[in-house]
Amino acid sequence: MKILVTIQKNEVAPRFDQSSEILITETEGEEIIGNPRIILLPGTSGEDICSLATKENISMVICGGIEETHYQYLKWKKIKVIDGVIGPYEKAIKFAIVNNLKPGAILPGASIVGEKS
Amino acid sequence: MARKKKRSSFQDSVLLLNQLDLISLFDSMTFGVLFIDPARRVIAINRFLEALTGYNREEVFGVHGENVIRSNLSSLDDPVGKALESDKTMILEGDIINQSRKKNPIRFTITPLKLMSGKMAGAMILLEDISLLKDLDNKIHGFSGHDKIIGHSGKMQEIFELLPIAARTDASVLITGETGTGKDLVAEAIHKESKRSRYPFIKVNCGALPESLLESELFGHVRGAFTGADKDKPGMFRLAHGGTLFLTEIGDLSLTLQVKILTVLDDKEFFPVGGSKKVSVDVRIIAATHRDLGELVRQGKFREDLYYRLNVLRLHLPPLREREDDFRLLLDHFFLEFRKNLNKKIKGFSDACLKILSSYGYPGNIRELRNIVEYAVNVCPNEVIQPEHLPKTLLLKPHTSSQTNSYGEMESGENEPKTMENSESLNTFSASGPVGWGEVERNMILKSLTKTAGNRTKAAELLGWSRSKLWRKIKHHGLE
Repeated sequence: MKILVTIQKNEVAPRFDQSSEILITETEGEEIIGNPRIILLPGTSGEDICSLATKENISMVICGGIEETHYQYLKWKKIKVIDGVIGPYEKAIKFAIVNNLKPGAILPGASIVGEKS
Repeated sequence: MARKKKRSSFQDSVLLLNQLDLISLFDSMTFGVLFIDPARRVIAINRFLEALTGYNREEVFGVHGENVIRSNLSSLDDPVGKALESDKTMILEGDIINQSRKKNPIRFTITPLKLMSGKMAGAMILLEDISLLKDLDNKIHGFSGHDKIIGHSGKMQEIFELLPIAARTDASVLITGETGTGKDLVAEAIHKESKRSRYPFIKVNCGALPESLLESELFGHVRGAFTGADKDKPGMFRLAHGGTLFLTEIGDLSLTLQVKILTVLDDKEFFPVGGSKKVSVDVRIIAATHRDLGELVRQGKFREDLYYRLNVLRLHLPPLREREDDFRLLLDHFFLEFRKNLNKKIKGFSDACLKILSSYGYPGNIRELRNIVEYAVNVCPNEVIQPEHLPKTLLLKPHTSSQTNSYGEMESGENEPKTMENSESLNTFSASGPVGWGEVERNMILKSLTKTAGNRTKAAELLGWSRSKLWRKIKHHGLE
């Protein structure tokens, strides 16, 4: 499975269409294969990320807030979207590959007040 | 003596101000308020911001503020950072995306908060929803703005006449109509035109959740109310306070919850799940369903008293097959919308394509038409959309028994600026199923002629057509 995550520093970027950094990783079963690729985009555009996701044959997108049009487009392209995720992207991927990441998840490490999930 | 009394009253007010619970104060405001610490972590949000973002204050306490409001401020040269470094209040416009994936235009007012000692304590961000102002701006500049409801058929004109009446009152509204007829759009339009428009419009799909979850979703719960309830949840009734709660698929609501909703409508207060303290709310209810509630009442599946309570104002949205005059308008609208969005250079539909589209029954109504157009515009690699660019399911489904088009204006070739000259045979696509518009139109003509005892002038009046149009249609359907 190929996963695309919109990132900002070490976290899932708050907004899909405002992300300028993309992480792409491949998984097999519950393992990450090889090193994840980080792509810096020349600007911020939801359309460009959608287009990149289709070109790269992505199976799953993990992101923060996403507009309905982008969400529906990705769904139409048969890409699973887990949106509204808050927290470190590494944890998001870990949860996703064991099928334990839900839309709107506030991951451990997202808040400085205790750990939330 | 009088001076002493005045001073005492002033001191009382000062004491009172010091004891005020600021968050409760901000809860009554009609704009979102977010307090962040110098590291931009959420300290508090008010109730309006809970509704605006879809988060409740407990779950986002300590989370980075930007993850909660999801604004485009970062692309505007980091005004929050600038405000935290200076003493200046900054006002700017941008947008946010909420949990329902809706983008709202917002005016942000960012005020740095400093302690008496001069130490930076964080910032207060006010978020004012300026969707209405944007709509007004669009109206002034000649755009249709929020007016997403399209139609000039007689039946839609009736709806347009009822909308302002529904918006002016505070009575409950029941919107009925088949799936895909635009019930959500009508509900939102009523809210936007009403005096509650500055407050939240919250939609709850009563058919999407099991009963116990829906109860908690609507009325909220207190911590410990059931396994997994590890924090208080305000519920949609509280979040919609001052605004409108749109209950869609109300016909799917269980009898138990129907009683609870009836109580809220009557008393304007309720107990959250597991709670012992009543919560008062001021919420207008707009309900919608594709089911026949009258029939459900007869079957004992829907409470009669709730039905009458909701059915104060009734709007019935006609299915697409009964909006003959709007078909071409909607088709062109969606075509232009997708052509622009997808940046395609398609000129239009071929005659063969239009014939298939106009003879199809559209059980999914406008939503289905929109999806078909989106598919066709996406799939078509050339300048003209051909039948092979339409979804395969459309080609397999039964069409009208008549192989000709039921739309006079299309048959004549008038008003077809975007069609190709050569047309193809439709034989392969027509079937004998009596579900299309041609059949509906034929029945409409027969019904009106029966009603008027064969008087064509009166029948034409009933249908809202001219005599010549009726004559043409009678000939077309072989009803002479």
